Order: sequence, then C-alpha cells, then structure tokens
Amino acid sequence: MAQTLVKPKIPMEKQVLMTVNGDEAVAYAVKQSLVDVVAAYPITPQTIIVEKFSEFVADGEVNTVFVPVESEHSAMSTCVGAAAAGARAFTATSSQGLALMVEIVYIASALRLPIVMAVVNRALSAPINIHNDHSDAYLMRDSGWIQLFAENVQEAYDTTIQAFRIAEDERVLLPVAVNLDGFFLSHTLENIYMLPDESVHEFLGGYRRVSKVKVDYFDEEVPLALNPARPLSFGNLDLYDYYFEHKVQQVEAMKNVPEVVREVNEEWFKLTGRRYGDGIMDGYGIEDADIILLAMGSGAGTMRSVVRKLRREGLRVGLLKLRMFRPFPFKDIADKLRNAKLVAVMEKGISPGSYGPLFLEVNTALYDLKERPLLVNYIYGLGGRDLVPDMVENMVKGLFKELESGLVQPKLRYLGVRE
Amino acid sequence: MAQQAGWRSLPKAGVAFRLSTDYKTGDWRALKPVIDYNKCTKCMLCWLFCPDMAIVWDGENVVVNYDYCKGCGICANECPVKAISMIPES
Amino acid sequence: MVVKTLPEFPVKKGEPAYKLWLFEPGERKEMPLVFNLRQLAETRRPALLPGHRLCAGCAAPIVVKLASFAFRGPTIVVTATGCLEVSSTIFPYTSWAVPWIHNAFENAAATASGIEAAVKALKKTGRLPYDQVDVVVFAGDGGTFDIGFQSLSGAAERGHDFLYILYDNEAYMNTGIQRSGGTPKYAWTTTSPVGSVLPGKMESKKPIAEIMVAHRIPYVATATPAHWMDFMKKVRKGIEVEGPAFIHALSSCDRGWRHDTAITLEVTRRAVDTCYFPLWEWTPQSGYVLTDRSLAIARNPKLKQPIEKYLELQGRFRHLLKPENKHLVKELQELVDAAWEELLRKASNAPR
Repeated sequence: MAQTLVKPKIPMEKQVLMTVNGDEAVAYAVKQSLVDVVAAYPITPQTIIVEKFSEFVADGEVNTVFVPVESEHSAMSTCVGAAAAGARAFTATSSQGLALMVEIVYIASALRLPIVMAVVNRALSAPINIHNDHSDAYLMRDSGWIQLFAENVQEAYDTTIQAFRIAEDERVLLPVAVNLDGFFLSHTLENIYMLPDESVHEFLGGYRRVSKVKVDYFDEEVPLALNPARPLSFGNLDLYDYYFEHKVQQVEAMKNVPEVVREVNEEWFKLTGRRYGDGIMDGYGIEDADIILLAMGSGAGTMRSVVRKLRREGLRVGLLKLRMFRPFPFKDIADKLRNAKLVAVMEKGISPGSYGPLFLEVNTALYDLKERPLLVNYIYGLGGRDLVPDMVENMVKGLFKELESGLVQPKLRYLGVRE
Repeated sequence: MAQQAGWRSLPKAGVAFRLSTDYKTGDWRALKPVIDYNKCTKCMLCWLFCPDMAIVWDGENVVVNYDYCKGCGICANECPVKAISMIPES
Repeated sequence: MVVKTLPEFPVKKGEPAYKLWLFEPGERKEMPLVFNLRQLAETRRPALLPGHRLCAGCAAPIVVKLASFAFRGPTIVVTATGCLEVSSTIFPYTSWAVPWIHNAFENAAATASGIEAAVKALKKTGRLPYDQVDVVVFAGDGGTFDIGFQSLSGAAERGHDFLYILYDNEAYMNTGIQRSGGTPKYAWTTTSPVGSVLPGKMESKKPIAEIMVAHRIPYVATATPAHWMDFMKKVRKGIEVEGPAFIHALSSCDRGWRHDTAITLEVTRRAVDTCYFPLWEWTPQSGYVLTDRSLAIARNPKLKQPIEKYLELQGRFRHLLKPENKHLVKELQELVDAAWEELLRKASNAPR
C-alpha cells in the first residue's frame, strides 16, 4: 500500500505513468537495472517477461546479453556462470520450470551469487495447471534464497529493482526471488509509476560491483569472481570436514537480510514516495483486531478490501500482509500477532501430510509467547481458484462465531473448494 | 594437526583457500622413477606427459619432484631411450 | 600482490617450477603455440598444479595439461562433476592455476554459456580489462554423452564462443565405473558386467563427435593425449575459432579399463593404431580431415593394427580374448572397419 506523506526525491510528476501488466512491469524493471545477462526459458505465465525483454534487446535499448536457453535448468546454470564471472544476472520462471532448475537454485545460493529471479507463481503439476498458486515458491523455500512477495503490479516493479540492491549488498550476497501471482498480476493491467532510468541507475549504484574474499594464497583480498588476474576456484568438493561450516555460513548470512530489506524499503520511500510497510510486512487494522488474517501476494489485496468493509461494520478484524517469506521474520510476526484472539493463516499452498508452510512458520513464531492467539490454516486459491470477497467475508464472520463458542476446530481448512 | 577453520573465518562462497601444492601426493607411490642422466637426451617427453607435474625442467635437466610423484611409471614407459627406471620405494 | 604459498622447487635458471596464471588488468601476454618442448618448458606452465588427487597414471590431468599449453591468454575453465572436478578441488585445496568453476553435472556447457555471455556484456559496457577471455570446458563422458547432452546441444545451437573438451574415459568412472553412452560395445563396467548371459555392454558407443558435426559448429575434432602435437594444435584451433568448438579426447582410465598405470598413453596410441578411435578434425569449410597417425594409416593401410592389439591391454575386455568369444571380437573388428571405411569415404584428404 503506497503512502505519500513526505515529498519524495522523484515526485510523482517526474515518474512515468505506464499501463502495464505484472510481467511487463518486471521486464521494464530489468531493463532499467543495468542487467548484464538475462537467460530464460518461456513458461506460462512468465512468458511476457521474456518476450517484452526480447523486444528491448531487438531494438537495441539495452546492453544486456540475452541468452535464450534450451531449458530452465540451463537458465539458472547460465545465470550462475554469468554471476560468477561478475555480471548482474536475471532469470524468470514458474512452476515446472522452477522445479526443473531447483537443483541449481540451491547451488546459486550456496555460491553466494546475487542473482535475481522473478517467479511468476503457478501451480505445480500434476494435474498440469497454468494458473496461480504458491506451490512453486514453497518448493524453493529451503534453498537459501530470499523470497519476497508482491501484492500488485506496482509492487512487482518496485521489488524487482530493490531485489538487485538487496542481493548485492555486502552484508547479504544471496540471490532474491521476486514472487508475483500468475495471471492475477502477471497478465493484469495496472497503471503504475516507473522511475526515470537514471534514478534507477543511481539507486543501484550503477553496474554490479563484486565482493572481495581473502584466501591463503594471495596476501590481499581479491575480487570474489572468475577473474584472470586472481584465479579462484568455485564449486569445490567438501568432505564431511567442511560442508557443515559452509552451510552454516550461508544460513547465518540470512540474519543480515531483514535489516537490509528495511533499509532499502525506507530509501525507496524517500526516492519514490512508496513503501510496503517496513519492507517485511504491512499491517492494516491489526492494532485492535480480535481476528487477524495473514496472507502473501495478491490475495492480500482482496482480503484488505473485505477487512476495510467489515471494520466499517464494526468488526474488529485486521490484515497482516507478509512481504518477506524468507528469511522468515519470527520475532516481528510474534509482535504483530500477539494481541489477537485468532489468526487465520491464508495461503495458496500445502504440504500434503502436514499444513501449509506459512502456517507452520507462524506456529513456530508464536510458540514461545505465554499468551498466544488461536491459529487456523485456510488453504485457498490452489490452481488459480479465484478468491472472491464474499468468500472472505463469510469466512471472517464464521470465525467470529467460532470464537464466541470457544471451539475453533479443525485447524486445517479449505476455502473455495467443492466437497 | 592444524586447527580447521570454523564457519566464521572460512572464505565466503566456499572458494578454495589453499593450493594443492600444499598436499604432497608423493607418499602414494610404491615405485619411484630414477633418471639415468647418462642416457637422458633431454627430449622432454617425461616432463610433457607426467600427469602430476612431478617432472620439472630446472633450466638444465629434467628432475623428478618426489613430493608429488605417484609412481605411475608413465615417464619410464614413454622415455624413448629408457633412461628412467622404476625402482621399489624403500 | 604476491602469491607466497607455491613450493620453491630448486630451478637453476628460468621460471619457477609452478605458477599461477595471473593476467593483470590490461596486460597482453604473448602466448604463441610452441612445439619445441624445451621452449615450452621454459615459457609455459600448465593450468593444473601438482597435488591433485587423480589416480596415479590417469590420462585426464595429461589432457588438461596439454590443452593448457595451447591456451592463448586469460582463460576461464568450467568443469562438470566427475573425476577431474572432484579430484582437483577437494576443499580447502585447488589444483587450478586459472579461474575455475564447477556448477553441477549436466550443465557445464550452460555454465560456460553464462560466463561467455558475461564476458560479452562486460566488454560491451567497457568493464572487461582484457581484449578477450577464453572459456574452456572440461567434461567427462558422463556430463557430455548423457546427462549433459542437452546443455551442450543448446550451447552449440546458440553459437557461444567456447571450447568444449570431452575427456572420455568411457564410463561414469567417478561414481564407480558404471556404463555411460560412451562405453564401447562389450566393455565390462559395473552396470554392464560380464556375466554368464551377457558379455558386457550390449549397446554401441554413441558417436558424440559426429553428433557435434551434425550441429554444424565451426570446429570438431578427435584427439588423444599420446598424440600431443596433434592435440595441442586442435585445442589452439578450437580456441581461436569464433563460436563453439568441440574436441573429443580419449582419456584412458587405468582404474576402470583395468590396465597398468604406466601404459596409459600407450593404450590411447593403440586406440588410434587399430582405428578404434581415429584422429580427425572437421570444419564446415573443410569437411572431415584425417590427422596425424590416422592420416598415416589412410596412406599406408599396412599400419592399421587388428583390434586385438587394443583389447589385449585392457582388463575390461579380457573376456573377449577367450576362445568362446572370438565371434564377438570379429563383430567388433567389423564395426571398427565399417566406421573406418566410412570415415575414409568422408575424409577429404584420404587417398582415393
């Protein structure tokens, strides 16, 4: 939700108002971000990103080298090679493509390569389904990537640019996945504000700068890249005496991410007048809410409009939109949710045999609180099943009734499926 | 035994921080090559073919670097004048 | 900026025994192709350092060493998962004197595509401090014939400027000698063992070099480390050509082929002498051209050895030397002869 309380450095009059869909917005963001290498393979609903970007290349509007790879696995592999060689690299995919490349997704993070990937969220097969849910994002949740979710097309544009900043920050050096809902955002037109090219260049500090590393055989720090001046070896074999340490290094790097995400969010606010809560989450009406809905992505937008309506009717309901899923902000979630009586974790994905992954994380976040809200997990929207405001309204009113009766069971529920 | 580095001090991204020249593979061998310099014509084939870079040209002669020689015997086999003998390692 | 940890092996005159390849930004080093071995020893150092943990007598490090003598300047090396990758970079050590990356098993060509694209992009935007940076891939038969074929084919189709050197030890050696698409017919491997019913691998070796010719890339060649001058020439050509180049190098494995460590190069020599592994190169302009020993054999067919001369050196073919398997050897000889005749028909420099 954009807030314009302070005069931004680039006021709205100087920003460019464009009517684009989510995919196009991402393509424009990449165009402006001085990306050196884009390697991608088409998959619905990401295709427009690749197609739009190809147009920029064909018209000579970018210096980016576009590599039309022969599979998503090669797309991520090519990005790894490019990023290791010191280039700024980008790719985009969805669903099956992400599943195919996931082997290399883990490698990209462990090699600390600041690759940015747009994941246009789509359901995983089988059955094959081209529509939206978050099962593909959940597939990579253990890969060591930072995962941000966009609620609308404006946020998709903003977040893609911010992603390069966050990934390349010296305190982070981890790849970032920018998630946007397939079709709901990727193919839906919105009027959004884009920055002039120079502002984006300045925000990113120009081209990619590589980090430095110290190894025993050079007496000074050398660039952390494939550099003929100072040769390094990437992707070595670890035996059981070093793997653990390397993995922990990667995990510990995640600890620096929230601070950087917040900083970048604030800086973006000063630059454009837009920010997304504190960058990690955005609460609406949660201070006095008895029931809080927790959601990620475009569904949060629908829920917010319902929450606004119900609050006017006097119901104490709120919405907490989560923007950063990885690293998971346990402490912040606990702080924001602690005073509610009930939290409905709304998500577009499930781990069969367990709950939705978001629910499990929220559960963990609240565990240590002496007094904590009741939790229910609503699975909705799988395979692109639309979330209609009425559904949400009935659900919330039903939850209030359950709260009164004191019995809130079962924990795992479905919203919008036919029995 | 040197203390192995912990996760706080290891270089980022798992890049190797030592050269393999620190790792002496010479103790692998059961046979060692000995060059008879009376026969050696300095054709350099042993230097060329050694898979372990264990034959060095020092500016005047080919010399075996026993720190790394694994005793494979390729040098002895390839020498056109049979100037290299493989003798059991003591 | 001193590299202080290389061993100081006593050298009477000339360069230190072991060196890292350091190209300072903007530096132009002349690295001509040299065949005078004395001169080579004085002016060049291999891209591989000693202390790697490849088996004693392995041909793969010889392949890398010889190839690196033909590199012409700043070079980035990509290696697929396999013997070479695993044995040359056991953390915390590395044996590579050049910038090097290993990504995964099946994507060496895709990774090389990314590096090549990055070099292009950096050059375009004025951030590359060199005239050119070459990209060379070393991958085994596992990462090339089978799991890695897609990314190789894709990279070839896209026309990236890189050299792909296949070091073919004809099985998945690193994981324990399992059969691959590159394993020859009737060879013993752990997943195509010689039993009472089946005499080893029943399928033929995938003609990978011919498949790369079918991609119509600018340069394809076969080579062995034993024919070192031929190999070095081909590596240099592969690097200099603009676009994808592919060299199929036979890399004998004493562990998996079951032969004595000392005869590693002799085995590859016999592979060429028996025409089991002919030496040739191909460009779109010249078509197939025989080289080195294979050209000599084409001119003088008396030099061609019977296939037994190749089989007898290797334990993986030992079962074929039994009298009851004579018909299998005859079949192999016929296959080799047919392929050789076909090559002679295609080669522009075979005597008519």
